[in-house]
Amino acid sequence: MRNTAMNMVHKLATRDERVLYIGSDPGAGTLRAMSKEFPKRHLIEGISEAHIIGMSAGLAMEGFVPYVNTIATFLTRRCYEQVAVDLCLHNLPVRLIANGGGLVYAPLGPTHQAIEDIAIMRALPNMTVICPCDADEAARMMEQTLDWKGPVYIRLGKGGDAIVSKAEHGFEIGKAILMRPPGDVLMVTTGIMLQRALAAADLLAAQGIRSGILHMHTVKPLDTEALLQAIRGIRLVATLEEHVPSGGLGSAVAETLIDKLGSNLPAMLRLSLPDRFMHNYGSQDSLLKKHGLSANAIATSIEHALAASRTSSPQLHST
Amino acid sequence: MIQISPHAEAALTCTLDERSLYLRRLVLGSVRSAGRGHVGPALSLIEMVRVLYDDVLRIDPKNPRDPNRDRAILSKGHGCLALYALLADRGFFPLSELEGFCGPDSILGGHPEYGMVPGVEASTGALGHGLSIGVGLALAARMRERDYRTFVLLGDGEINEGSVWEAAMGAAKHGLDNLIALIDYNKLQSYGPTDYVLPLEPLADKWRSFGFAVQEVNGHDVDALRRVLKQVPAVAGKPTAIICHTVKGKGLPAAESNADWHHKNKLTDSELDAIRVAVGDF
Repeated sequence: MRNTAMNMVHKLATRDERVLYIGSDPGAGTLRAMSKEFPKRHLIEGISEAHIIGMSAGLAMEGFVPYVNTIATFLTRRCYEQVAVDLCLHNLPVRLIANGGGLVYAPLGPTHQAIEDIAIMRALPNMTVICPCDADEAARMMEQTLDWKGPVYIRLGKGGDAIVSKAEHGFEIGKAILMRPPGDVLMVTTGIMLQRALAAADLLAAQGIRSGILHMHTVKPLDTEALLQAIRGIRLVATLEEHVPSGGLGSAVAETLIDKLGSNLPAMLRLSLPDRFMHNYGSQDSLLKKHGLSANAIATSIEHALAASRTSSPQLHST
Repeated sequence: MIQISPHAEAALTCTLDERSLYLRRLVLGSVRSAGRGHVGPALSLIEMVRVLYDDVLRIDPKNPRDPNRDRAILSKGHGCLALYALLADRGFFPLSELEGFCGPDSILGGHPEYGMVPGVEASTGALGHGLSIGVGLALAARMRERDYRTFVLLGDGEINEGSVWEAAMGAAKHGLDNLIALIDYNKLQSYGPTDYVLPLEPLADKWRSFGFAVQEVNGHDVDALRRVLKQVPAVAGKPTAIICHTVKGKGLPAAESNADWHHKNKLTDSELDAIRVAVGDF
């Protein structure tokens, strides 16, 4: 996914002279081909994220479309005020390509694990937050970023994630994709939780539980219409995210449902990382498993929640 | 032992001409109307802004977004009253707007906002942002082969921020001789002397070592400011830093070098009388 997104910057730069790549101190050879073809538009500016965001704002004020790239934690925590003031307040078309969203850098420990990035980015007015699920979707997403108004935060996965997105679904920023029609349950996913949701849905189907999947690649702006449409007739909404419970996809879905439905709410299950820093290493997969985000654990949690909802919550017939 | 710059000594004693007094009346009139404002930081800045807007910047108040205009960013956004006075006086917006400073329907807030105030290039107020934005503007000029220049006004307290030095390294890396940083070196930040809060000296050497061509000047001497600012870049291929030795609260004896006048709320009758004595009736 990361290589695809990077190569898309080069591709976009080929057809649009406004496109710049700005890295801090990325891996050796990042976008080497672009650096040879467009040396003036391939900028490596050092481990100075606060400055890079401000500089990108200045370039965007003059009509450029900078794609700024570094590790997700450094692109969000380090320079939050610059992102808020220089990018969001001015509503400038700077794209933040965040490597290693979630637990991709599991072996490197909590300084490198972006577990609250969605929350802090979506809290900012004018910011758009996108979490593609695989390389193919990342490519379609990048096409859409070129002319999108305002700043965009792009949370990238590890790379090598199973391709589950489909070309026929297309991609439109802010438009969720219904991957499976709703049944008893609707799973709402973002990023690479989609793959786990698909596997969990198969496990649930074997138990006779029909589960739909709404892939919310854009967490902000959230596709309210698609969400309200998809929850019709269901018993349980389960949100899945590689993120702390505060402020991410689960929060966004809950806020939307409360705002739109008032008291007529479906039962809800928010599956996420815990509200703490990770002090285990291993791999992204092992940490997700440890925190109940394997396909098996997701299916089990949903089964339990569904059983509980049968005794406490009415089925939703309309929105 | 740090030597006191002769420019700093000159700043303390230099007299102000009628235009400088007039601009101070505009600033202090806004403070009186609003019952608040950053007085000291604006008064130290006035001659720097005056010379820029009167004599240096290629700007057209009737076409504030002219792509060929010189860009100026007030990175020390809390000095905005000086900028507002100049912008109003030069016709970017009516002088009457100054009376509404910080009012509910005013375009003029306690820090300048892009999109609200004609002539303001960037929203500032959070410190340490302007130089990086300036690097972006200057780099864009280079890439677009345009000859506009970018001027960034920084406070001395502001350059406590590490991001300023990140930006300085970036400017030097790109050899941005179309970028000029002006430092309002009044030696007094919100809490007290810069030497106490976070010593900056040797300041000129710092900028020099970061790759800037450095000039020092009495920041209240409009002739000296003109001379320096009309000779930028000071060195081809290098960004320029102009250290403007100033006096916080300059022109108002009670406020001069007095941290209590960094921000003032309602002015008392005796303070208003003292202002009239210092700068004339307003």
